[in-house]
Amino acid sequence: MTALELHDIHGRYGLLHAVKGISLTLPTGTVLAVIGANGAGKTTLMRMLAGLHPTAAGSVSLFGQDVTLLPAHARLRAGLALCPEGRRLFADLTVRENLQIGAENGCGGDWTLATVIDALPQIAPLLDRPAGGLSGGQRQAVAIGRSLIANPRVLLLDEVSLGLSPAAVEGVYQSLERLRGHMTLVIVEQDLTRAMSFAERLICLSEGVMELDGTPQNLTRGQITDAYFGIHKVEGADA
Amino acid sequence: MLEAILQGVLLGGYYAVLAAGLSLMFGVVRFINLAHGDMAVLGAMLALWLVQVMGLNVPMAIALTLPAMGAIGWLLQRLIFERALRGGFLIPILTTIGLAATLQNGMFAAFGSDTKSLGAHIGSLSWASWHLPGDIFLGKLPVYMFLTALVVLGGLHLILTRTGFGRAVRATASDPEAAALCGIDARRVHRGAAAIAVALAGLAGIFLALRAQVTPFSGPMMLIFAFEAVVIGGIGSLRGTLIGGIALGLAQAMGGMISPQFSILAGHCLFLAILALRMTEAAASERGGWRNTLTAVLFNRSQIKGRLS
Amino acid sequence: MSRAAIADKIMPMPKGDKLIVLAAGLLLLGLGALPFLAPALIVDKMIMLFILIIFAVMWNLLAGYAGLISVGQQAFVGLGGYAMVRMVDAGLPPFPAIFVAALVTGALAFVLSLFVLRMKAGEFAIATWVIAEVIRAIVSFDPIVQGETGTSVVALNAYAPEMRRMTIYLLALVSMAGAVWGTWALLKGRTGAEAQAIRDDEDAAASVGISTFRVKQRIYILASVGCALAGTLWLASSITFQPRTGFGIQWSIFMLFMVLVGGIGTFIGPILGALLFFALQEIFGDFGAWYLAGLGLVAILFALYLPRGIVGLWLDRGYNEPLSMRRRLKLPRG
Repeated sequence: MTALELHDIHGRYGLLHAVKGISLTLPTGTVLAVIGANGAGKTTLMRMLAGLHPTAAGSVSLFGQDVTLLPAHARLRAGLALCPEGRRLFADLTVRENLQIGAENGCGGDWTLATVIDALPQIAPLLDRPAGGLSGGQRQAVAIGRSLIANPRVLLLDEVSLGLSPAAVEGVYQSLERLRGHMTLVIVEQDLTRAMSFAERLICLSEGVMELDGTPQNLTRGQITDAYFGIHKVEGADA
Repeated sequence: MLEAILQGVLLGGYYAVLAAGLSLMFGVVRFINLAHGDMAVLGAMLALWLVQVMGLNVPMAIALTLPAMGAIGWLLQRLIFERALRGGFLIPILTTIGLAATLQNGMFAAFGSDTKSLGAHIGSLSWASWHLPGDIFLGKLPVYMFLTALVVLGGLHLILTRTGFGRAVRATASDPEAAALCGIDARRVHRGAAAIAVALAGLAGIFLALRAQVTPFSGPMMLIFAFEAVVIGGIGSLRGTLIGGIALGLAQAMGGMISPQFSILAGHCLFLAILALRMTEAAASERGGWRNTLTAVLFNRSQIKGRLS
Repeated sequence: MSRAAIADKIMPMPKGDKLIVLAAGLLLLGLGALPFLAPALIVDKMIMLFILIIFAVMWNLLAGYAGLISVGQQAFVGLGGYAMVRMVDAGLPPFPAIFVAALVTGALAFVLSLFVLRMKAGEFAIATWVIAEVIRAIVSFDPIVQGETGTSVVALNAYAPEMRRMTIYLLALVSMAGAVWGTWALLKGRTGAEAQAIRDDEDAAASVGISTFRVKQRIYILASVGCALAGTLWLASSITFQPRTGFGIQWSIFMLFMVLVGGIGTFIGPILGALLFFALQEIFGDFGAWYLAGLGLVAILFALYLPRGIVGLWLDRGYNEPLSMRRRLKLPRG
């Protein structure tokens, strides 16, 4: 079954044409990594998929339902969550309240406070602390937890490891590993090695265009770095 | 002196209720409602109409007025404020000034310009008082109103901290986008907040009608008082609003001891002084604290050192 | 690049604008002759119209070009009136006092500007209003004002009514023309360009070296002098000064209405707004409170559905803004 389908979507960011016609079909359960240089349009793409940024043209469908015109809160209820760049926790609220908010307004399902803590044990001692006072890794864990507890079927994670210590990145990926197979995952990752080892499929954006689409096994590092820097177009290696 | 202090504190409860709605709208919806004072007057007029024309008793009238005001707030948000919010900073101000003019003159045309009061409908309560040691007379009505204010603000605090709706309100106030990503519909939260804010304004208007008089043109002055309490106490916390209300009430009571004309003026001066203090504080911290600022100003030294440290 | 070289690249004034300016000049000359021909009632009404135009142009300068939304301009209307009362009491003849009082008010605006211009938008709006209230309270303490009762500029009664009316009319006409022309010169000059840059993006303006504070201060003081001048003219024509009317919030609300309805941030919009407001007042003014409630409703509708005012209607049709203060550059050739 198809989880997420993008049909020739375009996005603008002020005067900038940030996303220029991306089409993509993600079967349920896929783990996709999105890579690309700064300004390639990754974050705009994520925000468009989550409904935070208007889609200038094209369409997005989620499990066969056209969600192009749905606002962000309705897309969450349709089963798509975004864990945004910069985590965006509610700083004045406690970790527990952050998670409660995710649970109360989400879809309902197997993910509850208890199961989220099972998956992300590092959260347990933090529950009653204000979210504003946590370290980067702790914040990322709470943000993932807040997305999970809404019981999405598709989870987008923007800039997973940005600003985290190597140990914290390791912890976050161990947690993400447990989600494999439970939901469709889309991660935006700057660290190429990490992206290639974690994802089953990889796309690379350059100046708003999808330069590359393939599996880590079928792509060479050279192809990826060329696409990353937009040196020349590579015919889709294995789409 | 002590009597004036007590009266000032009690008056503060009324100002806190008046200010809480304004603060809620500003903190959650990011909307400055310049018709807030006129909403209060509308609440008072509605209650007066229920009592004087429909013949209800005062508690009944209050019980009907508050939900009606809440509904009005919801509708205003839905029909006017939501649209105004899309226009940046200027349009909400222009819209609500227009709304204020409409309400004031509409109420004037509908109810006439004479001052009205609920005081005549609550029997002896309007003048009854306790005689405390030290020859202090403490009015019963102000005490009851202060207690009501505490209960209402406390209740609002519980709603904001203990319910799902309250958490959604705080989440939206803190980061609207992140709240949307958690499945919160900001428009519903905003409508709920507007309903509460206008109901609170209505309650404040009823308070005013109970302890004094209202006219269709009392709104602008109430708006000023509400703003003063919010700014004095600091935006965004109910406790701050209560403190701000009490500080304003105290300043007015103290000023009133000098001369009745000084009462309101004293409140204005406290407000301006606090604003000035915050501003210089902000300017100083930008330059690396008071000491660096003073050095910079007095000796005209470069401010770079202060910024780096 | 030298200033002359830049000036060379800016489009000259469009033909339509030149015609408007010419027509306005002729109209002013005609208006100068009006009091010799028209009945006293018309002359009085025209004085009010000129005052309204000054108000509208001044508030537009503040809000439309400097982004300063003030609901406290009545502070200067009232202060101008009060200063005039004081000066006439001290022996200054009333007609010069109209202008001297306005200038003195400007000095106070300078002091106030150091305080209010450092505030954020919402605080600025409310603080200016509170300051107006404080000044009103202080002025009412002056024994000469007699509290809320107010006072009259009795020295004006020394002149014959006809002569007085005609003098005030001509002074108002000159002041209005001066306010419009002064605004024009200011906006066409460097300050105008800087102010529009600040309004559109304050940080960007600061980063290219514009002192945002200075520009705002210049405009704030100028608008205050303008409002004070309108206030002294109004006092001269109505003679009685009462703190509650002089410092009434209604002045700011009228200014806001005229600017909003005409078209905020355009040169011609406020003048059109003042004309419309004047006409509405003449036609519906007798309905009293219902009329004012209706004005509020019109303001809401304009703010929500036509935020660029009457001039916006024109722009929506694809026409250029008449008398635009924006500079159009010549496209480089080749």
